[in-house]
Amino acid sequence: MYKVKVYVTLRESVLDPQGKAVTHSLHSLNFPEVTDVRIGKYMELIVEKSERNLDEVINEVCSKLLANPVIEDYRYEVEECVPQ
Amino acid sequence: MKFAVIVFPGSNCDIDMYHAIKDELGEQVEYVWHDTESLDEFDGILLPGGFSYGDYLRTGAIARFSKVMKAVVKAAEAGKPILGVCNGFQILLEVGLLPGAMRRNESLSFICKPVNLKVANNGTMFSTAYAQGETISIPVAHGEGNYYCDEETLAGLKANNQIVFTYQDNPNGSLEDIAGIINEKGNVLGMMPHPERAVDELLGGADGLKLFQSIVRSWREANVVKA
Repeated sequence: MYKVKVYVTLRESVLDPQGKAVTHSLHSLNFPEVTDVRIGKYMELIVEKSERNLDEVINEVCSKLLANPVIEDYRYEVEECVPQ
Repeated sequence: MKFAVIVFPGSNCDIDMYHAIKDELGEQVEYVWHDTESLDEFDGILLPGGFSYGDYLRTGAIARFSKVMKAVVKAAEAGKPILGVCNGFQILLEVGLLPGAMRRNESLSFICKPVNLKVANNGTMFSTAYAQGETISIPVAHGEGNYYCDEETLAGLKANNQIVFTYQDNPNGSLEDIAGIINEKGNVLGMMPHPERAVDELLGGADGLKLFQSIVRSWREANVVKA
């Protein structure tokens, strides 16, 4: 069994209004070092081993539903885990 | 003409849409639940506004996989008129019947107010009752109506005259002031403003009614043999 950690973020070319607002807020809190914030989503998937290739399954899951390829990118990390 | 108003869990403009068709337009209309598999008996499909599936994940992302959407895609391929308003537009984007995607409003606020739109293309089956370039007032009510597409898609939209409505005073940051677009074939329209909320002067304006009248007029011209 695997724990798959999926990160979905807005594409670089797409303006992130939430990130922009948070950046401004951090500047007003006296953190000028923070020059940009991009807000995304983090999801944890528990995936059972199957006959299908794990990467193929996760890529399909991400591109079909978890991320919208028009405006978002995704990446993921896989950890093996013990069923509870 | 017989319309279907598709109802998803979380739709909340379905009753307004039904009222606009039945009482103001005077055509037949039925509510159709999201797990319906066939829309063959309907001549026009309306995807209403609201918050289908609580806007979980992304607006429209879950609704697009409901059973009825396969039938909506089939109806689109058959050339039937399909109108998606607000969340309905977001679902049409997610399912790929229209190009692009929605981002959060630039202001991050939910905006609910009447806005002025320009009729950028009155040659579609949804806009023939308007004059080209006419200014109309239609309410918006959304938090994610900030339309985006890449440059290539935008060039295509412009080249094929697919931008049907634009905002006079852009409320949400939408690319090129886009308020509503149509597919290349010309039978699927998505728009953020709510024409079904502007069908009676009592409600502050009736500029939305012409959109529905345009649909009926085009359908009659194509389907009703003159006696």
